[in-house]
Amino acid sequence: MTATDHVAGQAAGTFDVGAIRADFPILARTARGKPLVYLDSGATAQKPLQVLDAEREFYTRHNAAAHRGAHLLGEEATDAYEGARARVAAFIGAEPGEIVFTKSATEAINLVAYAMSNAVTAGPEADRFRVGPGDEVLVTEMEHHANLVPWQQLCQRTGATLRWFGVTADGRLDLSNAAELINDRTKVVAVTHQSNVTGTVPPVGEIAALAHARGALVVADGAQSVPHRPVDVATLGPDFLAFSAHKMLGPSGIGVLWGRRGLLAAMPPFVTGGSMIEVVRMEGSTFLPPPERFEAGVPAAAQAVGLAAACEYLDALGMPAVAAHEEELTARALGALSGIPGVRVLGPLSTEDRGGAVSFTVDGIHPHDVGQVLDDLGIAVRTGHHCAWPLHRALGAQSSTRATFYVYNTPDEVDALADGVRQAQKFFA
Amino acid sequence: MQLQSMYQEIILDHYRNPKNKGLREPYDAQVHHVNPTCGDEVTLRVALRDADGEPAVADVSYDALGCSISQASASMMTEMIIGKTVREAMDLSGEFLTLMQSRGEGEPDEDMLGDAVAFEGVSKYPARIKCALLGWMAWKDATAQALDGTPGQHAGNGRPGEHANGQAGNGRIAADAAREQT
Repeated sequence: MTATDHVAGQAAGTFDVGAIRADFPILARTARGKPLVYLDSGATAQKPLQVLDAEREFYTRHNAAAHRGAHLLGEEATDAYEGARARVAAFIGAEPGEIVFTKSATEAINLVAYAMSNAVTAGPEADRFRVGPGDEVLVTEMEHHANLVPWQQLCQRTGATLRWFGVTADGRLDLSNAAELINDRTKVVAVTHQSNVTGTVPPVGEIAALAHARGALVVADGAQSVPHRPVDVATLGPDFLAFSAHKMLGPSGIGVLWGRRGLLAAMPPFVTGGSMIEVVRMEGSTFLPPPERFEAGVPAAAQAVGLAAACEYLDALGMPAVAAHEEELTARALGALSGIPGVRVLGPLSTEDRGGAVSFTVDGIHPHDVGQVLDDLGIAVRTGHHCAWPLHRALGAQSSTRATFYVYNTPDEVDALADGVRQAQKFFA
Repeated sequence: MQLQSMYQEIILDHYRNPKNKGLREPYDAQVHHVNPTCGDEVTLRVALRDADGEPAVADVSYDALGCSISQASASMMTEMIIGKTVREAMDLSGEFLTLMQSRGEGEPDEDMLGDAVAFEGVSKYPARIKCALLGWMAWKDATAQALDGTPGQHAGNGRPGEHANGQAGNGRIAADAAREQT
């Protein structure tokens, strides 16, 4: 397997954005006749050649259905798939057996939520996951819909009560009533590890400690954190962590659920079918241990291999360096945008406990229109509520324009964004 | 800049000075439509009257949160359809929909659409077509409700369950005039 043929983007320990950009052919194209300025990595990241090559190598040399058949290609495909699992595990400090491949971070969260309602009719080993009337499911007002709607649905299916942390005016999690919200009725706490709107990084470890003291499970949404800074599940705190490949330079169509070994072992399955069974009789079936129990169907081996190549690429850059680079861009964007009269940045104005998602409103100009002017300049941003409608309501914004940064972005691109916002103001004045 | 092809002056005029904005009485039906991708919303009221045995648009008023394209389109729509028979207004709606789906390749009927041909530039931007159609879809839905007194089907924008205070039609108006056009 090609991991990285050459460690491009890394010249003698410095973070060389020019060299990194050379690995991403799409960044050389134009948009609306202008050089592309891609500031929408929070929605999906671009892919380096190393990832594309790894997938192509799998398909051109090793393609077969993993975990099936005794032929050579089947063995190679299985090795590639399981090798990818080990690589992803290493990326977040986990054991391979704790890595469940899903189709997305969204599916990873749904897996836990559905396992919890399936626990209602499972054996005593699944006691820990059972929820019902009188129990509480705790979320936050800051969540992406992917870490909110599955919990609303779990409550609807089981009769449990949904509760939530609010947010403060500056976009932090309001923990002032944590002692009341996290109580003996709390069965699970679902919290983002980094807001996809405000970039806010809630104190997930502190929340997990409070929750664990009451016997509650903790699920963290790492879709916006794992791609952007070092994450070590051994010290993080939560019991489950969900993230997706496509936001971290990897392919679309594959996501990850990390879970503590003992919990995964006790958890009933969500999606059932081939690959995840132990013995099947007409009267009923028994299931494999994790992670296979949660991976019904032919595995997405090529995508797993692509994700492993993305982990390789990011580790070669060094996640602390990635985080530092993004912090620099974020600080520049916060300064440039908040300095424009009429622009309101949603969320914290400093980079303390804050990642690289910068959402803002422009007085008198709807985000669609801001985004359209930026698009005309070749600048790609996200507009709307970014799948976090309740958070926008809480912050008093109907919707917003969002810029997100990654390894390949430059300070000049941040300046182009601020210039574009000024042009939008001029256009709609 | 290609922007001018989307944001024609007439569109910006309607955006800055929207016509018929603000909800009015009386009305026969009210709907609330949302564009789920961006959260834009419109609440729209329709009052119908009888014009020689045929239903006609007596009044359309609305309140909306949204971008310049959705605001201007709703504003221009009200000017185009108030006073027309429902049949004529549905024809206009169909012509406007065709224009919006043309990807900039259409030949809009200027005699029929008047100022609304200015939206031709918007049709080149697929992400914005729903914005231009938000008001029209709300009007069609409200009119269908007003005609038969039951909630109509959403056509693209909005979602089931988004109806707010759907008012029953008053029975004066012959039903189905709109249906055959939609």
